[in-house]
Amino acid sequence: MKFKLKVNGQTRTVEGPEDLPLLWALRDGLDLKGTKFGCGIAQCGACTVLIDGQARRSCITPASTVGKSSITTIEGLSKDGSHPLQRAWEEIDVPQCGYCQAGQIMNAAALLASTPNPTDSDIDEAMSGNICRCATYLRIRRAIHRAADLNKTTASAVTGSGK
Amino acid sequence: MNTELSRRAFLRASAIAGGGVLLSSFWEPAGAVAKRPVPAPVLNAFIRIQPDGIVTIAAKNPEIGQGVKTMLPMLIADELDVDWKQVRVEQADFDSKKFENQWSGGSQAVPNNWLPMRRVGAAGRAMLVAAAAKTWSVPESELSTSKGKVLHKKSNRSISYGQLAAAAATVPPPDLASVKLKDASEFTIIGTPIPGVDNHSIVTGKPLFGIDVTVPGMKYATYLKCPVFGGKVKSANLEEVGRMPGVRKAFVVDGSTTQNEFLSGVAIVADSWWQAQTARRALKVTWDEGETAKQGTSVFDARAAALLKEKPQRSIRKDGDVQAALKKAAKVITAEYSSPFLSHAQLEPQNCTAHFADGKITFWAPTQTPEDGRELVSKVMGLKEDDITIHIIRAGGGFGRRLKNDYMAEAGWIAREAGVPVKLLWNREDDFTHDWYRPGGYHAFSAGLDGSGKLTSFRNHFISFGTEKDFAPSAAISDTEFPARFVPDLALEASVMPLGIHTGALRAPRSNALCFAFQSFLDEVAHAAGKDPLAFRRELLSIAPSPAPAPPAQRRPGGPPPTPFDPPRMIGVLDLVAEKSGWGKQKLPRGTGMGVAFYFSHRGFFAEVAQVTVSQKGDLTIDKVWVGGDIGSVIINPSNAENQAQGAVLDGISEALGQEMTFENGRAVQTNFNAYPMLRMNQSIPVEVHFRKTDNPPTGIGEPALPPAIPAVTNAIFAATGKRVRSLPLSKHDLSWS
Repeated sequence: MKFKLKVNGQTRTVEGPEDLPLLWALRDGLDLKGTKFGCGIAQCGACTVLIDGQARRSCITPASTVGKSSITTIEGLSKDGSHPLQRAWEEIDVPQCGYCQAGQIMNAAALLASTPNPTDSDIDEAMSGNICRCATYLRIRRAIHRAADLNKTTASAVTGSGK
Repeated sequence: MNTELSRRAFLRASAIAGGGVLLSSFWEPAGAVAKRPVPAPVLNAFIRIQPDGIVTIAAKNPEIGQGVKTMLPMLIADELDVDWKQVRVEQADFDSKKFENQWSGGSQAVPNNWLPMRRVGAAGRAMLVAAAAKTWSVPESELSTSKGKVLHKKSNRSISYGQLAAAAATVPPPDLASVKLKDASEFTIIGTPIPGVDNHSIVTGKPLFGIDVTVPGMKYATYLKCPVFGGKVKSANLEEVGRMPGVRKAFVVDGSTTQNEFLSGVAIVADSWWQAQTARRALKVTWDEGETAKQGTSVFDARAAALLKEKPQRSIRKDGDVQAALKKAAKVITAEYSSPFLSHAQLEPQNCTAHFADGKITFWAPTQTPEDGRELVSKVMGLKEDDITIHIIRAGGGFGRRLKNDYMAEAGWIAREAGVPVKLLWNREDDFTHDWYRPGGYHAFSAGLDGSGKLTSFRNHFISFGTEKDFAPSAAISDTEFPARFVPDLALEASVMPLGIHTGALRAPRSNALCFAFQSFLDEVAHAAGKDPLAFRRELLSIAPSPAPAPPAQRRPGGPPPTPFDPPRMIGVLDLVAEKSGWGKQKLPRGTGMGVAFYFSHRGFFAEVAQVTVSQKGDLTIDKVWVGGDIGSVIINPSNAENQAQGAVLDGISEALGQEMTFENGRAVQTNFNAYPMLRMNQSIPVEVHFRKTDNPPTGIGEPALPPAIPAVTNAIFAATGKRVRSLPLSKHDLSWS
C-alpha cells in the first residue's frame, strides 16, 4: 500500500506493507538516513523522531498509523544545524561514535519544547529511554542545559514540530 | 552518499621514505565526502592544499568513536603548521600499499602514529618552505612558518601555503626519518581541545555510518545463522520464503569449514530490508546444531567448580615456593571470584555493503581491521587480495567487536550469489546471539601475610576456556599480572575447559575481567592486614620488582616497543587520585564508602577512586568516580581524552551493574537490550578526570580507564557495607546491611 507522510514540512509518499515501521519508511523509503536502527523494540531510542512534537520510537510505529500527523526527523530539526541543541552538541563536543546522537537530540528537542528549563531530574526522566553505548551522558546533560540557555537568547529556536 | 566508486589517484612524488610512510599518491575516498571542484595540489599521501589555503588531510584509520579521525590529522596539521580552521579531514580508503597500521584497536593509534604522522606533516612543511625559498631566492634557513604561511622576516614578506602548494607539490619529498619535528613547546594544535571532525554531520543526521551506505541497484539482505555456534543448515523452506513480497533470492550458505568468521546460514535478498525481515520470520530451518549445543553457563559453572578443586593444568608463573610460604604465613586469606560473559552491544548493528562484478569485489565496511577483512574475504571467496577494494566507513561503536569481519565475509558471499550490490544488515538479535563475547572466568586466590601485615605469598588459580595448547581468544592471563614480580613467593596457574561459543576482545580485553578479580582480592588482603587499601597498594608498588620478563610479542608490527610497567608512574596516579578524591580525609557515615583500584593496560597507568552509598535496604548509588591517569607527556586532544575516560568509566560501571550473557544448549539467552541492561542517563554519575603528565611518549586513551572503575566501585561497596562482591553483575547481589 501507499502512504502519504508529512515529513519535515513536506508531504511524501512511501510504499510498503501495512506493518512497515516508520523507521524503515524514513530510512529506505525516503532516504532520510539520520534516524537510526538500534534494537527494533523501542529499548534504545536511536530511532526517535517527533510526531506532532512528541518524541516517538519510529521502529515500533507503523507508518500506516501516522496519518496526517507531522513528523520531524533530525534532518528537519533545522535547515543548517542551527537548532540550539545541535549548536550545543557541537560546542560541547558530545559525540563519540555518534550513532545514538540523532535520537538523543530529537528526544531532547521534545523535552525542551515542553520544559524549556529542565532540571537534572527532568533530564533523567526524559532521556533515560535513549542508550548511548559510548556513555557520553555527562556531555549530553551539559549540552541540554546549554541548549536551554541558548534558547533564551535565540528567538528563532523552535523544535520544528509544527506546534 | 556519494556513489562514485572509483578511486582517483593523484601525484607522483616517489620514494618510500624512512618511517615507512609512502609519499606517493593521494587516494580520493568514496563515501560521504564532499566533491571538490578542482583537484588541489598534493604534497603527499595525506596532504592536499587548495589555492584558497584549505588543507585536506587524510585520516587513515577506522573511526569507531575513539576520536582517531580527528586525532591523526591533528598530528599532521600541527607539524605542517597550519591553523586548524583551514583543515578539512577525509577518511582514507584501505590501502596497504599506501598506509601502515590502518586499523583501530588496543588503544594503539597514538603510540603507532605519534611520530609517523607528525613526520608526514613536517615533511609537507619542509616542501612548502623549500618552494618559498625558491620563489623568493632566499635561503631556507631565513624562513619560518605560522598558521599556513611561510614568513621571511628579514624582508617582512609572507606567502600562504595555498599560493605555494603547486610549487611545493613538485619539490622532492624529504626523508621522513630525518625531517625536523617541533619541540613540544611549539605545538599549536596538539594539546588543545579539538571537537570531532564529524560532529556537524552527526548532529544534522548526514549519512555517515555503514548502515547509511547506498549504492545504485542495491538490494537488502538478512542472514540467519544457527543459534548454536557452528551449527549448520540441514534444510529450509526456501521456495515458500522465495515467493514472499519483494524477495529476490533466498538461499543456503554453507559457510567455511576453516574460517569461524564465516558460518552456515540462510540468506534472504529483497527489495527492502523490511521485506527481507518479514520473509525471515516465515523461514523454517532445520539445523544440525553440532557439539556446542551441549555447552552452557550451568555446564561451565559446574566444570569450573570441579577444576578449582583439582590440581591446576598449567603454570603461568612460579616464583619461590608459594606452598611453603603460605604455610609459614602469619595470616592466610582465601577467596573465589568470577566474571560473566559479556556482549559488545555496540549500537550500530553489524552491516556491510558489497558489490561483486567482473571477478572483483568492493566493500563499504564499518570494520576496525580492513586488512584482516581482506584476508578473510580472500580465503572464503577465493579472490586475490588485489581484487578486493575496501572503503572504510565510520562505525557506530567498535569496542573490539569490529576487529572481527564476519559481516564482510557474509556480505561478499551474498552479493556474489545475488548478482547485485547488497547491503547486509543484522538485526539486534543477530548481534547479541553472534557476538565474539568477552569470556567469563573463575579465580581461586590465596595470599599470605607476615606478622607486620606485609604480603609475602600469593597464589591464583584461574579457570578459563581453551584447549591444551591455547587459551580461547581474550581468555588468557599473562605472567606479569600484578602482583607478579612484587611478591617473593607467587604462583599464577590456570586450567581451561573447552568452548564452542565465540570469544574475542571487548574494550580493555582480559584487563576488564582480571582487574576486577585481582584488585578486589588485593583489597581484601589490605583489609585483612589492617591497612588502608590505598596505602597498602602504594607500599606494594614501592617494593623493587624482580627483573622484568621478556616483552610480549606484539600482535601487529610497526609500533614502538611495549611500554614497561613502571611502578613510580602508578604511584604517581595513585597519589593524584588520592589527592583529588580527598581519600582518607573525611569520615564517611555508615552506608557510604570509598574504594580504590589501579591497573596498567594498553600502555596507560590508571588509578581510580569511587564513592558509593548503599541504603540499608541495599539500594546502590554510585556517588562519584575520580580518575587519575598517566598516558605520557601530552594529552593530544584533551576534549576527547576526557570524553573517552568518562565513557570508559561509565562503560565499566554499566558492565558491573547488570550485564551478563548466559548460554543454554549452546545458544545465547539474552537477545536484546530488554535483557541486557545498558547504563542510562539516570545512572550516569559524575566522573572527574585528571591526567598526570610524565616524560614518556604519549599513549592511547580508548581503553585503559575502564578496568579500575569496576573494582573501585565494588571495593567502595565493601567500605560502605562490609559486603565483599566476588562475582558480577551487581544486580545479583543483596547489598542490604543493618
